Amino acid sequence: MNTLLNAKIPSGALHEKWDNYKADAKLVNPNNKRKFKVIVVGTGLAGASAAATLAELGYQVDAFTFHDSARRAHSIAAQGGINAAKNYQGDGDSINRLFVDTIKGGDFRSREGNVHRLAQVSVDIIDQMVAQGVPFAREYGGTLDNRSFGGAQVSRTFYARGQTGQQLLLGAYQQLSRQVGLGGVRLFNRTELVDVVVVDGRCSGIVVRDLLTGEITSHAAHAVVMATGGYGNVFYLSTNAMNCNVTASWRAHRRGAMFANPCYTQIHPTCIPQSDESQSKLTLMSESLRNDGRIWVPKNADDARPADQIPESERDYYLERLYPSYGNLAPRDISSRAAKRLVDKGHGVGPLKNGVNLDFSAAIERLGLDVVQERYGNLFQMYERIAGEDPYSTPMRIYPATHYTMGGLWVDYELATTIPGLYAAGEANFSDHGANRLGASALMQGLADGYFVLPYTISNELAPMLNKPIPTTDHPAFVQAETEARDRFNGYLNVGGTRSPDWFHRELGKIIWDYCGMERTQQGLEKALSELPALYSEFKKDLRVTGNGESVNQTLEKAGRVDDFFQLGMLMCRDALDREESCGAHFRSEYQTAEGEALRDDKNYCHVSAYDWTGDPMAADLNKEKLEFETAHLATRSYK
Amino acid sequence: MAKTQQTLTKAGKSLAPRQPVTGTALSVRKKRSFIADIYSTAIGKKYAMAISGIALMGFVLFHMIGNLKMYLGAAELDHYAEFLKELLYPLAPKGAVLWILRGGLLAMLALHLHAAWSLTILNHQARPVKYQSPRDYEVANFASRTMRYSGMIVLSFLIWHLLDLTFGVVNTVGTDNTFVKGEVYANVVRSLDRWPVAVFYILANLLLGIHLRHGAWSIFQSLGWNNPRFNSWRWSFATVFALVVVIGNISFPIAVLAGIVKL
Amino acid sequence: MKHLTNLKLKVWRQDGPDTVGKFETHVVESVSDEASFLEMLDQLNEKLIGENKDAIVFDHDCREGICGTCSLMINGRAHGPQRATTTCQLHMRTFSSGDEIVIEPWRAAAFPIIKDLMVDRASFDRIIESGGFITSPTGGAPDANLIPVPKPVSDAAMDSAACIGCGACVAACPNGAANLFTGAKIAHLSVLPQGQAERFKRAEAMVNSMDDQFGSCTNHGECSAACPKEISLDVIALMNSDFRKSKSKNRKQLSRG
Repeated sequence: MNTLLNAKIPSGALHEKWDNYKADAKLVNPNNKRKFKVIVVGTGLAGASAAATLAELGYQVDAFTFHDSARRAHSIAAQGGINAAKNYQGDGDSINRLFVDTIKGGDFRSREGNVHRLAQVSVDIIDQMVAQGVPFAREYGGTLDNRSFGGAQVSRTFYARGQTGQQLLLGAYQQLSRQVGLGGVRLFNRTELVDVVVVDGRCSGIVVRDLLTGEITSHAAHAVVMATGGYGNVFYLSTNAMNCNVTASWRAHRRGAMFANPCYTQIHPTCIPQSDESQSKLTLMSESLRNDGRIWVPKNADDARPADQIPESERDYYLERLYPSYGNLAPRDISSRAAKRLVDKGHGVGPLKNGVNLDFSAAIERLGLDVVQERYGNLFQMYERIAGEDPYSTPMRIYPATHYTMGGLWVDYELATTIPGLYAAGEANFSDHGANRLGASALMQGLADGYFVLPYTISNELAPMLNKPIPTTDHPAFVQAETEARDRFNGYLNVGGTRSPDWFHRELGKIIWDYCGMERTQQGLEKALSELPALYSEFKKDLRVTGNGESVNQTLEKAGRVDDFFQLGMLMCRDALDREESCGAHFRSEYQTAEGEALRDDKNYCHVSAYDWTGDPMAADLNKEKLEFETAHLATRSYK
Repeated sequence: MAKTQQTLTKAGKSLAPRQPVTGTALSVRKKRSFIADIYSTAIGKKYAMAISGIALMGFVLFHMIGNLKMYLGAAELDHYAEFLKELLYPLAPKGAVLWILRGGLLAMLALHLHAAWSLTILNHQARPVKYQSPRDYEVANFASRTMRYSGMIVLSFLIWHLLDLTFGVVNTVGTDNTFVKGEVYANVVRSLDRWPVAVFYILANLLLGIHLRHGAWSIFQSLGWNNPRFNSWRWSFATVFALVVVIGNISFPIAVLAGIVKL
Repeated sequence: MKHLTNLKLKVWRQDGPDTVGKFETHVVESVSDEASFLEMLDQLNEKLIGENKDAIVFDHDCREGICGTCSLMINGRAHGPQRATTTCQLHMRTFSSGDEIVIEPWRAAAFPIIKDLMVDRASFDRIIESGGFITSPTGGAPDANLIPVPKPVSDAAMDSAACIGCGACVAACPNGAANLFTGAKIAHLSVLPQGQAERFKRAEAMVNSMDDQFGSCTNHGECSAACPKEISLDVIALMNSDFRKSKSKNRKQLSRG
C-alpha cells in the first residue's frame, strides 16, 4: 500500500497547537458520557490514569489487566524520576528547553507536535501527582527537590527516593481504585487480551482470556485504549518484568493497526551484568546513579586486580574523557555503546569481564556516607542483594541491557492508531521519544497520555457516535475472533513437541540480541532474518506445553506470548535492515562518524517507518510518515 | 468473614464467568450505637482489651503493694483489709466502695475475656487452613504467642485464689477447713505453707508476668499511643512493671515457705 | 560462581481453590549460587516440562523486589530467610548444598489459593478501593509547590508508601491480620497535608474493609519482621489512633450536617 501517513497535527504555531486542538475538539455532554463505553487494556501508568480520568468524567470504563492487581504493572519498577519543565530550580529550564532536549535526545526522529505537547503537560503531571499524595523528595523548606538526568543540563527531574515509578503508579492505582470502588470502572484482573475485533473498519471491542479459567470472552465498546507497555522482552534478557509482552499490541497490529519503528529499542547503560546462563532477567540500576557515580574501566585490558588496588593513573574515566561537557551524564545510547566498546576490547571488570565500574568512592568522600545513603540507599541495597557485593566499598559493576522500546503502535496526534476507535498510550505507542528516550521521560509520557491527552482526544472521536448503535458481542466478527483464539490456545497445547516456550524464548532472544541489539550490521540482520523463520517453524512443530487450558497455566500463557514475539522479532530485524542510517538507539555499524558516533541520513530517513500486517511479518508493507522540523533544527547530536 | 473472592468449583473451573470488580466501596454498614459500633471492629475490641488491661494492671499492682503489709506483721495486714472495707466510710456505707471496685474489676475482667474470646475466634477464621510446614518465627516471642494460654491459666488461678483466700472453701489442711474470716494474715500463711499451693502460686505469677510483659507493651500499640521519642520506653515500662508485680507476688510464698513470714 | 548441589525441595501442589493439596518432593541436582530463588524454580519447571509434567504455578513478575507479585513461604518464613528481601531477590547463595527447602503458599482466608503456590490477594485491593486514596480528580490540582511539605513529613510518608502490597505481613502474622498493610497506606496519606481533608473518613473506611476480611493484630511484630520494605509497626499505632479519632470526629461532622 505504501501510503504516506497523516499525523493530523493541528494548525498554528508549535506552542499553540495543543490549545488550538482543545479549542476545536468536539465534546460530549456530561449527561451523555455514561452512554459510552471505553475499554482500557493495561493498568500501568498510562492505563490506570486513563481509566481513572475517563471514569471521573463519567464514561463507563472497563479496565483489563493480566496481573492480579492493577498495582503490579511494570511502571512500578522505574526508579530515577519524572521530568517536568517546572523550572523550580531557576536554572534555565522551560517548556521549550524540555521540548528541544527531548527532540535532540530522540535524535530528530520524533514528531515535533507531540513532543511539544508532552513538554507542555509535563507541568500539570507534577501538580496532579502531588495532589494525589505522591511523596516526592523535598527540600528542607518544604518545596520539591529536583535532580539532573542524562541528556539534560538542567535539574528538572522529580523523584521519590529510588522508587519514583512505584509512587507514581500507586498514585494512579489509587485513583483507579477509587473509581472501582465507586462503580465507575469495572476491573477485570488476571484477564489477558488475545484479540482485537474490527467491524466495518472500526475497532468494536476485544477478546480476552481469563487466566484463571482459560475462558475466552468478548467485550464490545465505543473505543479501546491499548496501554499495554513495550516489547523489550523480545530480547529474553531485559530489564522488563517477566510477564511484559507484545501480545496486545501485536494482535492489534494483525487486525490493521500499523506498527511503527520496531527497531528503536533502547539499551540502558546501567544494569547489573549477567552472572550466569540460567539468568531470567536483568536488573536496572537507576540512571540517577550517574549523577554521583563515576564510570571507569582499567586502562590496561585484562587488568585483573580488584578495583581498589588500581591507582587513579591506571583508570580510564572514559565518559568524562570522551564527553567532557556531559561526562557521566551522556545520553543512554551513547553511554551504552561506549561501555560495549571497552568491554569488547577486554577492559571489562568482574568475574565474566562483562561490566564497567560505577564508582561512588569520590561521592562518598565529597558528600559523606549519609547523603549517599539517603540518595541511593535502596538502590545500593538492591545491588547488594543481587550481586552479593557491597557498593559502598567496592564499585558497582554495570553493563547495558535492553530497557525500553521507543517503537510501538503508530498513533497520530490524537493517539489514535490506524484502526479508528483504537488508541495506544504510554510505551505501547511509538509517539514521543523518537529513536532514543531520555531518562525520566517514560513516566512523564505515560501519565501525559493517560491523564491529559486521551481524555480530550477520545471525546472528539466519541461525540459524533452519540446514540448510534455499536456492534455487540454477538456480531460474527466477535464470534470468529473467539473461535480463532480458542483454536490458537488449543493449538499450543496440542503441538506435542519437546521444547518449552522458555527454551524458544531464550533462543529467540539470543538471535535478536546478537544481531539486532546495541550494534547492528546489514550482514548480521540478514543472518537473523534467515535464522528467525527457521526457529519459528521449529517452534510451531516442536513446542511442548504441559497442563491444560482450563486452569492457571503459565506455560500456555508464555507460549502465546513467545509466538507473538517471534513475529515481532522478524519485523524488528526487517526494520533495522531497512533503516540504513544510525540514529539514537538504532546504531548500524556501517553508518558512523570517524569518532564512532551515530551518522544520521536526514535526506532519506527523516521519517517514521510504520508497517502494515500482510499475514507475514517478513513481508509487511512499509508506510512512511514524513517528519518535519520547523522549530527544532536538524543538527548532529553532540554531547561533547 | 465476608468472602470477597470469586468462588471456583472443585476442579478449578468456574461455574459462571468471573465477575469484574466494581462498586466495592458502595455498601453501607449497619447503623449501631457509638460504643457498639467501635466494639464491633477488631481494633475496637483491642481498645477494650487495652482499657480493661489497664484496669486489671492497676488491680494487680495495688494488690501486690497492699500485700507487702504482710512483712509488717499480722496486725498491719488485717488492718489493711479492714481499711479496704471502710474505704470512703462514713461517706459511703461500709464495704460499699469495695463492692463497687470489685464490680468494676469484674466488669473489666469480663470485657477483657469477651474481647479476647471474640478476637481469638476471628483470628482462627482468618486462617482456617494452617501452614502445613513448621513456622520459623522471627520476632514473635513466647509471651506474645502464649497470651491466651497464660491468660487462661492466670484466670483459673484467680478463681482458685478467690476460693482460697476470699471465700475460704479450699483453704484446708487435710479435711479441716482452716479459713477464718477476717484473719487475713493467718489465712495467707496457712494456705501458702502448703508447698503444692505455693508452687502453683509461683507458677501462676510467673505466667502473669509473661502475660503482663506483652500486654503492658501492647496497650500503647493498641491505643495508638505512639511517639518516636518515647517508643523505646514502652518496652522498658512493660518489663519493669511485669518484674515489679512478679517479684512482689512471688516473694510471699517464698517468705512463707522460708519461715520469714509465719504465724 | 559456585554451584549448590542436591537440594531437596518440598513444594506445595494444589489443583484449585477447593481441592486438597499436598507436598511434592523434587530434587534440584545443581544450581548456581548466583541464581535467584525463582530462577531455581524456573529451572525446576523446565525439568518438569521436559518430563511432561505440569509446571509449578507461582506468581512473579518484576524480579527486582518492587512489584510485590512474588510470594512464597520458604522454610516457615514469608519471602524466605533473608530480612528485607522479597523472594525474587533472594539468591541461592543464602542456602547450602543438601538443604531441604519447604515451599508453601501464603495462607489466609482472605488469600485463597488459586493453584499450587499462587494465591488471590484481591482483598488488599478492596481495602484501597474503600478509601486508600486522596480524592483529586484530574485537572484541578494547584501548583505543586503551593503545598509545602516539611522534609521529615515527606520522608515519613515515603517510608510508609514503600509498601509493595505483597501480602507477606498477612502471611507472617499468626492471626492473618492485615494491619501493617492498611496502617502503611493510612500512615502514608494521613501525614501529608494533601491527605488531611479525608483523613478520618479514610481511616474508618479502610479499617472497616480490613475488618471484613482479615484477622486482628496481637502485636507480635512478625509482619514488620517479614516486610521486605521493613515498614515499622508504628504505622499500626498510627492507624489505631486515627481510627479512634475518626470515630468521634466523623460523628461530630455527621451530626453537624
